[in-house]
Amino acid sequence: MSLFLIVALPFLGALLPGLMNQAGRAACAGVTFTVTLAAFIGLMTNLPAVTAGDTVMMQVDWIPALGINLTLMLDALGFFFATLILGIGLLIIAYARFYLAREDNMGEFFTYLLLFQGAMVGIVLSDNILLLLVFWELTSLSSFLLIGYWKHLPEGRQGARMALAVTGMGGLALIGGLLILGQIAGSYDLSVILQNRELIQQSDLYLPALILILIGCFTKSAQFPFHFWLPHAMAAPTPVSAYLHSATMVKAGIFLMARLWPVLSGTPEWFVLVTGAGLITLVLGAVIALFKHDLKALLAFSTVSHLGLITMLLGTGTAFGAMAAVFHIMNHATFKAALFMSAGIIDHETHTRDIRRLGGLRHLMPITFTIATLAALSMAGIPLLNGFLSKEMMLEEATKTVLFDTPWLVPGFAVFGSLFSAAYCFRLIGHTFLGAKRDDYPAAPHDPPKGLWLPPAILVVLVVVIGVAPFLAEPAVKGITAAVLGGTTELPYAHIKIWHGLVPALYMSIAAVVGGLIVLAMFNPLLRMWDAAPRPEAKTIFDAMVAACVSLSEVLIHPLHNGAFSRYGAVMGVSVVLAGVYAWMTGTIAAPDHAVQVAGLIEIAGFAMLVAAALGMVLLHHNRLLSLILIGIVGLMVSVGFVFFSAPDLAMTQITVEVVTTILMLLALNFLPNQTPIESTVLRRTRDVSVALVAGVAAAALSFHFLLRDPVAAPISEFHLANSYKGGGGTNMVNVILVDFRGFDTFGEIIVLGIAALLIYALTEALLGGPVRARLLNRKPDKRLAGDMHPMMMVVLTRVVMPVIMMVAFFVFLRGHNEPGGGFIAGLIASIGLVMQYMASGYSWATARQRYPHHGVIGAGVLVAGLTGIGSWFVGKPFLTSDFTYVRIPPFEKFELATAALFDLGVFLAVVGAVMLSLDGFSRLARRAHFKDSDHPMDINPERLADEELKGQGA
Amino acid sequence: MEILVASAIGILTAAGMYLVLRLRTFPVILGVSLLTYAVNVFLFASGRLTVAAPPILTDATRYTDPLPQALVLTAIVISFGMTAVVVMISLGAYLGTDDDHVDEMPDPDAAQEDAT
Repeated sequence: MSLFLIVALPFLGALLPGLMNQAGRAACAGVTFTVTLAAFIGLMTNLPAVTAGDTVMMQVDWIPALGINLTLMLDALGFFFATLILGIGLLIIAYARFYLAREDNMGEFFTYLLLFQGAMVGIVLSDNILLLLVFWELTSLSSFLLIGYWKHLPEGRQGARMALAVTGMGGLALIGGLLILGQIAGSYDLSVILQNRELIQQSDLYLPALILILIGCFTKSAQFPFHFWLPHAMAAPTPVSAYLHSATMVKAGIFLMARLWPVLSGTPEWFVLVTGAGLITLVLGAVIALFKHDLKALLAFSTVSHLGLITMLLGTGTAFGAMAAVFHIMNHATFKAALFMSAGIIDHETHTRDIRRLGGLRHLMPITFTIATLAALSMAGIPLLNGFLSKEMMLEEATKTVLFDTPWLVPGFAVFGSLFSAAYCFRLIGHTFLGAKRDDYPAAPHDPPKGLWLPPAILVVLVVVIGVAPFLAEPAVKGITAAVLGGTTELPYAHIKIWHGLVPALYMSIAAVVGGLIVLAMFNPLLRMWDAAPRPEAKTIFDAMVAACVSLSEVLIHPLHNGAFSRYGAVMGVSVVLAGVYAWMTGTIAAPDHAVQVAGLIEIAGFAMLVAAALGMVLLHHNRLLSLILIGIVGLMVSVGFVFFSAPDLAMTQITVEVVTTILMLLALNFLPNQTPIESTVLRRTRDVSVALVAGVAAAALSFHFLLRDPVAAPISEFHLANSYKGGGGTNMVNVILVDFRGFDTFGEIIVLGIAALLIYALTEALLGGPVRARLLNRKPDKRLAGDMHPMMMVVLTRVVMPVIMMVAFFVFLRGHNEPGGGFIAGLIASIGLVMQYMASGYSWATARQRYPHHGVIGAGVLVAGLTGIGSWFVGKPFLTSDFTYVRIPPFEKFELATAALFDLGVFLAVVGAVMLSLDGFSRLARRAHFKDSDHPMDINPERLADEELKGQGA
Repeated sequence: MEILVASAIGILTAAGMYLVLRLRTFPVILGVSLLTYAVNVFLFASGRLTVAAPPILTDATRYTDPLPQALVLTAIVISFGMTAVVVMISLGAYLGTDDDHVDEMPDPDAAQEDAT
């Protein structure tokens, strides 16, 4: 199966459980299982190629210029991890089906799980490291959702936040590290990077890249000092813990270290950092785990410890170390997932995970006992189980590793860690299952249904099979190790065997197991010492750091942005000007290219009116109606300016928009106070005037500067000029640009306009459905209402003018392609005609005669424009390619038919719908506010009076 | 002429900026509208000022730059939509709280007095 499909399947499948939620729990789990199984089978179809030592590659160019391509690759290492992710995923899905309670939303759970699964598969199959980063961040996000799945639990929410903060922060570091790595290697493809070991290790940027990448890996894989998030993530449901925190997510960091092993390892820096962190984590995790009473917390710290072990092995930089690491990843995934699932079973059946409340369960839960004991013994390193084999290899590697010139350091700590590791495994078995049967369990324990114990049982079978017959696993381990080594080092010759003879590792193993038993025997005094010893609490430190960051950002942000719009506006204005001044001071300023054009008297008069109106608004803005009139003058002068400076289309648009805006503002002013009280202090006004002057002077200076200079590059309008008629079939270049050259922009813009109108509609609905409605109904108008609300003269006039207006709109629409006009302007003109009917005869009368809902008109417009665009697909052209032809139907003159006109029709409809729907919202508020307006076209109607008189007589 | 247009842009910006910094919604909206004029004219002027050379293909040899015009044309229409949304939001806020301040939350005591 295509690698793309394997990665895409979980993401596509993530839609299904959510949709199937109503179909029941079994259907939800079944569909998730099927999707995962399909991906798993797809993966297995690549097995022959991978065992033959090939690397399966797939590539789709995405942004080749930036080196970002969708390149996937599958070699033995990726195949191994993908098998773990999908295979254990299958078991987890089956287990979760029976684990989750009836009230848990199963569709939601499986959707998150599949998202996570897809992200993980994406990480291990990515060839492009930027793609890998995307998937890496996706695992952080989806694991956040999974850890916090039980939203009602505060620990769940806090744990999820902490995990996201730590792994997300690490992800940021990783981005930096991988970008540096890609820069050094000159490519973002792993297949190229992995060939450039010398180049990378000799680069000056090697150390920064290494540190950043390791921060990413250590945070993800919970290595010291970032280990603290993992135990807190245990608030998640147990299937999540078993999946994320044993087999998959925490292995992502390990995976990346193994993946980049050929280019990063082998240097002293790598050795000290990775082996050092691994060793500390190994010991620390093991010691803490022994004293945890919560089964899952114990397992969490043991996971931390085992991840440390693997990290340490990768850090040694030898081929044998890498092989031991690979083998332990495999073994750890099997026994740890089984243990987590067993812990979940115990929690599920006894309603507690506290070891102190358990004990003697071996008779009550024999199946669980067998599974958990075998898995735990494997973890402790008991022979004939797989954990023993990899632990022996680890100890053997440790004896050969010298850190800080101290030969005993690594072996000593390795044995110490293993000793505690054995001790907590024995404690897990002894304190949970052995001992006397108790009579105070919170619930009567018994073995769970098959669905819960079968998945861990399958894993335990693997534990035993590999443990007894290691030669079965050897080819796989060697193949994967070869992929990790990437050809840089010879594959180790050693075989995986149970009996190596009387080697030091065997004595160390015996010492660890015996020591573990002794520690367990002395558990109670040790626990008292542990409880009495002061130790830093990671969560408190983390919370304090978060609080410190929050207060620091408050100190930084509040002076600039305290929630007050005016302060924000002032800061924004001044900083923009400062940035401009900086550019001005540091840039080069060319001499003016042409002289100032002389202005005539009329132009000066127009300018004076504009300035007078603008200044008048500033001085008289307390009178709101007056300022509305003044802004109308500004708009009018701007339109006149457009006409003067050769922009007839702009002038027509501006003046029609001006009309509808004024109507809209008047409708709003109907409700708002008519006066703005003087509230601001003189000081504040002085500040505002200064800010305004600074902004104004800067805008004027910038405009004046560029108005006197020619553009630095040739304007692209040359192309428009040359092709407008030839290619677009129109002589009005502005219109051809709108409907043809930049038609896609216009298409987006009519959609935005439609969304704005729908937003207004939604706000109106919300207002009328809420407490505002009552307030509106009780509202008394603050001005006297007109005596004649629907004057007869106006009614008659608007009716007569209506067809004329529509005719004008049609004319403007048709001429648009060749003369000033077009869909936007025609739409605005038509809306003005319609609005006039509303104004003359009232909302009720006009609405009763409205044929099509405004929403529908907007939708039809967008649809017409979109379909016109799609139409060009049928002739094999890109979206929105236009075509035109000239036809002649006698007795008419020859005329042009263009698909662009159809597109313009869509624009027209969308504009009409949007304008009408916006104004409609305001009118409906107004209608609630006063009394119900009349259904009749005007107030004086002789005919109606006669009717009513007749009725009165009849009665 | 360049001086007139440049200073018109400056004056519109200054007036708009001053009104944007006011405390009530209505002047702020008018201020934003003035800023919109300023920005539109500014964008339009980036095609440089040309008198009597509209971008309609004729026998003429000289045309003004049509591209800024096309951009500004849609900007004008979109700014109508934006203004309408902002007006509706401020109206809703005023009708809901009986207060049309931009910044401060209404004083709870004062609101109670208004209600009684």
